[in-house]
Amino acid sequence: MQKLNYRSHSLVPYLLLSPTFIVLLLFLYWPSINSVFLSLFKQAPFGRKRIFVGIQNYINLFQDPAYLNSLLRSTLFIIFTITIGLVFSLLLAVILNQNLKGIKFYRVIFFIPYAISPTVAGSLWVFLLNPVAGQVNYLLDLAFNIQVNWLTNSFFAFLAIIIATVWKNMGFNIIFFLAGLQAIPDSVYESAKIDGAGAITIFKDITIPLLSPTTFYLIIMNIIFSVFESFGIVDIMTQGGPADSTNIVIYKLYREMFINFRPGIAAAQSVILLALVIIVTIFHFKYGANNVHYQ
Amino acid sequence: MFDLNRGPYSIYKKIALHLVLIIISFIVLMPIIFGISVSMQPRAQIFSYPPSFLPDRLYFDNYIKAWNLVSLDKILVNSILASSVVMLGKLGLGVLSGYAFSHFEFKYKKFLFFAVLFTLMLPMQVRVVPLFEFISRLGLGNSFSGLVLPFLASATTTFLMRQHFLTIPKSIMESAQIDGCGPFRFLFQILLPLSGANLAGLAVVNFLVMWNAYLWPLIIINDDQKKLAQQGVKMLFASSSERDWGIIMAGTIMVVIPTLIVFLLAQKFFVKGIATQGIKE
Repeated sequence: MQKLNYRSHSLVPYLLLSPTFIVLLLFLYWPSINSVFLSLFKQAPFGRKRIFVGIQNYINLFQDPAYLNSLLRSTLFIIFTITIGLVFSLLLAVILNQNLKGIKFYRVIFFIPYAISPTVAGSLWVFLLNPVAGQVNYLLDLAFNIQVNWLTNSFFAFLAIIIATVWKNMGFNIIFFLAGLQAIPDSVYESAKIDGAGAITIFKDITIPLLSPTTFYLIIMNIIFSVFESFGIVDIMTQGGPADSTNIVIYKLYREMFINFRPGIAAAQSVILLALVIIVTIFHFKYGANNVHYQ
Repeated sequence: MFDLNRGPYSIYKKIALHLVLIIISFIVLMPIIFGISVSMQPRAQIFSYPPSFLPDRLYFDNYIKAWNLVSLDKILVNSILASSVVMLGKLGLGVLSGYAFSHFEFKYKKFLFFAVLFTLMLPMQVRVVPLFEFISRLGLGNSFSGLVLPFLASATTTFLMRQHFLTIPKSIMESAQIDGCGPFRFLFQILLPLSGANLAGLAVVNFLVMWNAYLWPLIIINDDQKKLAQQGVKMLFASSSERDWGIIMAGTIMVVIPTLIVFLLAQKFFVKGIATQGIKE
């Protein structure tokens, strides 16, 4: 089999790979390594002078209540967006899995929010949730006679970015749940029915367990999305406020670097995020990769 | 709703299912529908209570105001250019490197392949600080090159092109080699013509990834004339302190229209691209 490869052209593969590797080395590997390097230095704002401080930046970070708060907020944000997002997506995927004429049309509609950018998603939701002209508050007032200050109250601002993130990422989750549902053979359901199982029992005891590889994969992907992709949503909707309630790690990192101009501390935060991504990925390959089948 | 036998259904059940789907579709699209509705309402109507769910008449002043407020003509052109260059770069480099991994045997092949895939763990957000310093030191801050260079190669595109090239039967290459077809002619005259659908799918996904990118453009571009579409959304908020929702929504809708057009034209490729890769940058 190997004989069929272009073996005699010994330089050609390196030639083919070189443009890709130039980009990857210069703009992906080098900055990542540099993050670790920068995180060991202290640098005055706009200053060229760097002082080696070892792991002091990390020690400062983990003693800083604002950073610990940001970590806690991010963890809660991840847990809530994933739980709410996956439950909704699974229910919608089950509905979209029906063998109905025109179902493809609905599927396309449900995927639309996923194609939209976080920035636009944030903008649309800021309008919907604004207390003066937004329809959500009007409907809440009509139905329950309550007025919510969505973006000026810590709790509701946090809820607002969760809602926007869940809405935006739902399409991605639905695509995978649909693929997972379609991979379950009809015969499994038929034999369960013959055994007298009801719809809810079948869903709980057959569908959900058989989907667990998909769910596992989606949890991993959503951890990474919620951490990184929500930057645009937060920047448009809340800018980390009020009172740092939506100041999740990625937004805090951005502010540290580009508003407070503290590259050392910002680089240390990047390295912590990098460690998180690597841990999640290793976890994924160790426990999930072999069980996940799609397409 | 939880009927898992997936049809065939009675006519009543069909109608009920359609009703449920229509209601949910409306809820899913609600932010976009209300955004469009408000963008066509004059200020007085927007701030009247109760809020109107539909505009009284067709009213496009907000679109003209938003267009001029953030010079959308320039911003949209910038975004189209940047997204096209990034898309072409990723496809070009992805085809070449994918071909190297699928059809050649060479030293360190496994290691180099791993080195490509490893970059999936290095999202923009974790390297933005040193990358910004690096690009600035190269003198490319606030420039188009500085904007697009870091995006030109991608592990996903390389990986997916390799996977696709591997599916092309070995017998084709065998006969090409016997006929004395060199590696580059084989790529351009035989492999690429067999890759239309895959290239189209990757083109759509890569175009949208750059169109929707926000953090890097926000950091590297600070000249208003050079900004991209997503920054335009932020500018709409910044330049209307009284929150003129009609203008903000009109601008937002204009930024999202190209996304929707590309998505709807190519949604088959898009969904297939997502489902087969499952990796987003």
